[in-house]
Amino acid sequence: MGFLDKEFDDGNIVVAKAEDLLNWARLSSLWQLSFGLACCAIEMMATSASHYDFDRFGVIPRPSPRQADIIIISGTVTLKMALRIKRLYEQMPDPKYIISMGSCANSGGPYWKHGYHVLKGVDRVIPVDVYVPGCPPRPEALLEGLLKLQDKIRKETLRKKTA
Amino acid sequence: MKTPEEIFEILKNKFGDAVVEIDTETPVDKIITVDAKKVHEIGKFLRDDPEMKFDALMSLSGVDDANGEKVTNEEDGTFEYKGGTLSVYYHLHSIKLKHKVTLKVSVPREEPEVESVESVWKTANWHEREAYDMFGIKFLHHPNLERILMPYDWPGGYPLRKDYKNPEYYHGMKIHF
Repeated sequence: MGFLDKEFDDGNIVVAKAEDLLNWARLSSLWQLSFGLACCAIEMMATSASHYDFDRFGVIPRPSPRQADIIIISGTVTLKMALRIKRLYEQMPDPKYIISMGSCANSGGPYWKHGYHVLKGVDRVIPVDVYVPGCPPRPEALLEGLLKLQDKIRKETLRKKTA
Repeated sequence: MKTPEEIFEILKNKFGDAVVEIDTETPVDKIITVDAKKVHEIGKFLRDDPEMKFDALMSLSGVDDANGEKVTNEEDGTFEYKGGTLSVYYHLHSIKLKHKVTLKVSVPREEPEVESVESVWKTANWHEREAYDMFGIKFLHHPNLERILMPYDWPGGYPLRKDYKNPEYYHGMKIHF
């Protein structure tokens, strides 16, 4: 990454590329849409709470999609909910990112064969950046997923959104 | 406190042919079969009679008995049932008198119509909507018989029937894996 670890004689000057600065700002304050679906949401809440402390990565829950940068799909996506998720995603301002959390959101999970009401993977309606496996994933796994997303954002350029 | 057998005798004397039989061979609950078009009257009696006082409808569940003729489609291996019955079970409990009873109605699969007991126990409102949603059992005189779990515009029938076939798409989303 970058410029924060470079040392200069004059402590007031930092030299950086604009896209590094933008990427750094984006990855350091990924405001999350507070949105939970099923048992994964319980783990997501545990990740947000003091013991695992999502806030140290700049993840703050926001009540409105208009203020959110990231949506964590935490749980089983039913067909009924899929339409609402799509609407929420479209309401988020760019740049926006998606973490698919747990087997259900990744692929339908245990509902993949007989789940008449379940969408078999949230990536059928919205573009997912990071998939976190697990049923449900432990908070450490979700944190790892977030770090992966931060790595992706760090490599973005102004010319092309790669994440 | 009364046993299901005693309750059956009382109901039989009061409602005659509307009370069909009692099944005592079941492992746990004795089940009284009643007429689907009279179940709300029987329910009202069971709720209000001082010897019964069934003030709580613990559960109302639909069941696909799958006892009709099984017709298999040779080409794709799917099957459907012709004839046979769908059933509704009512688990009643009297908090005051501490006794329980189970009622059952069976209706033909092609025309599953049961009188609603929503006027007797308000609990029945959502339970009957669920039975309608999952099995297609029509509850007559229900105030708001809409789907409760599946989407309101769900195209594909009643999911918990044994011969249910999922539609391919819902709003452009592929359903099958």
